[in-house]
Amino acid sequence: MPADKRDIVALEGVTKRFPGIVANDGIDLSIRPGEVHVLLGENGAGKSTLIGMLSGLQQPDEGRILVDGKPTPITSPRHALALGIGTVFQHMMLVPTLTVAENLLLGGPWWQRPRTEELEARVAEITRSLGISVKLHAKVSELSLGEQQQVEILRAMVRNSRLLILDESTSMLTPKGIEELGALMRRLVGQGLAIVFITHKLKEAAAFGDRISVLKLGRKVGEIPPERFRTLSEQEIISEIVELMFGKQKDDPEAAERPTRTVRADAGPLLQVADLAVAPTENAPGLSSISFDIRPGEILGIAGIDGNGQKQLAEALAGQRAATGGSVRLEGTAIEALSVGERRRRGLRYLTDDRLGEGTVGAFPVSINFFLKQVGASPFWRGGVEQRAEIDRRAAQLVREYDVRTPSLKTPVARLSGGNIQKVLIARELAEGARAVIFNKPTYGLDLANTLASRQRIRDTAARGLAVLLISTDLEELLSMCDRIAVIANGSLVGTVANADDARTKVGRLMIGLAA
Amino acid sequence: MSIDTAPGASANALDATSGAATGRDILHRLLMTLGPILAALIIAGCILLVVGVDPLAYYGYVLEKGLFSPLGIQQTLTRMAPLLFLAAGLIVAFRAGMWNLGGDGQFLLGAVTAAASAPVLVQVMPAWLALTCSFLISMVVAMAWSLLPALLRAYQGVNEIITTLMMTFLGTSLANVLVKLVFRDPGTTVPQTRTLPVEDRLPRLFDTTITSGLVLGLAAIIIVHLVMTRTAFGLKLRIVGANPRAAVHAGLGVPRLTVAVFAISAGLAGLAGAVDIIGVQGNVRADWNPAYGLAVIPAVFLARMNGFAAIGFVFLLSVLSIGGESAARRLGVPNHFTLVLVSIMLIVLALAEYVDHRYNQSRKA
Ligand SMILES: Nc1ncnc2c1ncn2[C@@H]1O[C@H](COP(=O)(O)OP(=O)(O)OP(=O)(O)O)[C@@H](O)[C@H]1O
Ligand SMILES: [Mg+2]
Repeated sequence: MPADKRDIVALEGVTKRFPGIVANDGIDLSIRPGEVHVLLGENGAGKSTLIGMLSGLQQPDEGRILVDGKPTPITSPRHALALGIGTVFQHMMLVPTLTVAENLLLGGPWWQRPRTEELEARVAEITRSLGISVKLHAKVSELSLGEQQQVEILRAMVRNSRLLILDESTSMLTPKGIEELGALMRRLVGQGLAIVFITHKLKEAAAFGDRISVLKLGRKVGEIPPERFRTLSEQEIISEIVELMFGKQKDDPEAAERPTRTVRADAGPLLQVADLAVAPTENAPGLSSISFDIRPGEILGIAGIDGNGQKQLAEALAGQRAATGGSVRLEGTAIEALSVGERRRRGLRYLTDDRLGEGTVGAFPVSINFFLKQVGASPFWRGGVEQRAEIDRRAAQLVREYDVRTPSLKTPVARLSGGNIQKVLIARELAEGARAVIFNKPTYGLDLANTLASRQRIRDTAARGLAVLLISTDLEELLSMCDRIAVIANGSLVGTVANADDARTKVGRLMIGLAA
Repeated sequence: MSIDTAPGASANALDATSGAATGRDILHRLLMTLGPILAALIIAGCILLVVGVDPLAYYGYVLEKGLFSPLGIQQTLTRMAPLLFLAAGLIVAFRAGMWNLGGDGQFLLGAVTAAASAPVLVQVMPAWLALTCSFLISMVVAMAWSLLPALLRAYQGVNEIITTLMMTFLGTSLANVLVKLVFRDPGTTVPQTRTLPVEDRLPRLFDTTITSGLVLGLAAIIIVHLVMTRTAFGLKLRIVGANPRAAVHAGLGVPRLTVAVFAISAGLAGLAGAVDIIGVQGNVRADWNPAYGLAVIPAVFLARMNGFAAIGFVFLLSVLSIGGESAARRLGVPNHFTLVLVSIMLIVLALAEYVDHRYNQSRKA
């Protein structure tokens, strides 16, 4: 494919290999000003790898990258920035011990004093147009992942890039946040920027894109150029993508109908939370008088904008965060004074949304990461001694069952693609012995097929008589799975609605601060 | 799903290729280790030239006295005993992400305890039992010395680098005070503890002068290596070291593990002191401080906290220090030149790693 003069960045036959896998295989791509180029593909298809090469983190093994028509090796992230390529990575890259403002100022020339006032003005301008609010002086470690994601987006914008790359940047936003980011992208391409946008939500692709490329197993298997894109309806685009990605036709894959699970009304509650309180920190909300019951077989959803206490709630329930008051009962026994490990042994499971920060040990093999929460338990350890064969056997089974794409069981888990790391976590929490499970954004980063599979798994989990607490920013997800949906704002539950026909409006009203 | 079988197939493919890759990997690793060591020897040689010593003579002398003369190699192997214990202790701590730099204080207190207890105990019980008791007491004393930094780190999050260093200053002074004021042998004029008779010390190996403490040291470091790599306990420590937040999330009792790590690490340092006294020295003289603890740190880093590699580097360190001591007497190069040499190695190794990394990057660009 000859480079087009309109491309500001073009890839020609780019190949990238990792031990045991060809992550990108002879990929051609053209990125043009005024276009949102959507990259789609299953988990592990090679999207983030491609981005890694555009942003200077990695070098292609074969092929070349043209910038403004000239072959240009992008040797480092700094070089990429200098070329005007700004990236929001899939996994947070902020320095947790610094404040947001300090993070935004990082990378300036070392001999200059950081220009704080200038930054504040610029940030105020961008946040206004984005409709988000960012706490400039909060330490990053105090922010929820969703808030960190917003900071990352902001950081890329502050730098005045010509090409903005967003790798799954909508994964933690609420529907409203996604809409706003979409509108902003449209405005930016209107001003002549180029955008590369990665997502797993096909509706976003159809709504915000101009051009779509689909990757599969490292190869580019299809492209919808802008001329065609404009002639197709949303439905046509989605079904075309689904066919390219999965090779089978499905009308609206996300519109899985709500199952008619029957929660036994006479059963006593399995997980009871009463007046749970957590002290606020300077930049993160605490929790005040959180109360709810979940009966066996029931799924209670928690909706709300990320950073309103979801993380605190999950951690307080799991025992990772000290509660200042209230009680938590599992099957009638108080567990609020127990340790994390003890609560887990009694059947409380917590799927964290921070898969790299606390969910896994990145440098350890995939196999060990399946059992991080069971270290020492038989049959994987006997008399404290590791049973390598047993671990590998079970790990291989989980890899197969949960479709984890990994070159081998020995591969360090951080080398997997984001969605595949997520599958490792899900597999781990759904293993035997669970009574009540807290899912914090369980499908974050999963591709369509795996999202549907995981949702089905969670429904099955509940159907086995477990209590499920489902925290998500994705309203569709909650509506498709929950029996009831509670809305969290500023650390307290502002209302709970049964998931009936008018639930969407009611939850929406609660989220913007109106009574249901 | 349609591609369900892909992971299994590619997993096998990788396993085959990774076998070939590891062969090349090992060669590369070896080159990356030996090359910098050679470079460090050359740089240190230049320093010797500058101070007017013939480097070839110096290295020749070190090798001869530390490695090739029968007496020298026996001394070298004997020196390894305490160093191996110290290295074992450091491996536990470093793998768990805790920087116990208080090895010297713990070592000396262990040594003084052994010197104070062993000569008394051998008079009241059989020698083997006396020595065992003495080892255990030394270990417990050293463990106790690590308790304060351990608790501060575990429950208050106080940085252990500073506290262990402070405790090592206090520990060396305390050891000195104990020798001079409490355990001083009334029968001698020089301030030192009572001496453990040669026949009661650890037996020598066969017909040599090598202490059997070497065997204990080797056992200690191998056991530590196996515990760290093969057991649930070791895995827990490595999780704490690699990602403390994941440890909390996984429900590990991080504070308790922290205290355990300090206790094990300090206990092994205490045993190092004991093995040096009970096996070799027989007593502790006032102001005696060989500072093995600090010297072992680079060896453990060079070994990347691998027990078997650490044995090799401890051997190298012993050769250099035994040979260096002789050379110091003969050629007038200060004893501490050994440390200079070791630190140059460490720096060159780090540089080599950096250059290697950059080279890999740019080769692909
Ligand atoms: N640094 C690395 N070392 C080894 N393998 C890697 C590395 N980075 C990525 N891979 C492998 O390359 C493949 C593509 O990964 P990539 O992260 O690009 O997928 P992705 O399309 O972004 O998937 P996801 O939607 O799950 O984020 C995966 O199989 C992954 O295991
Ligand atoms: Mg990715």
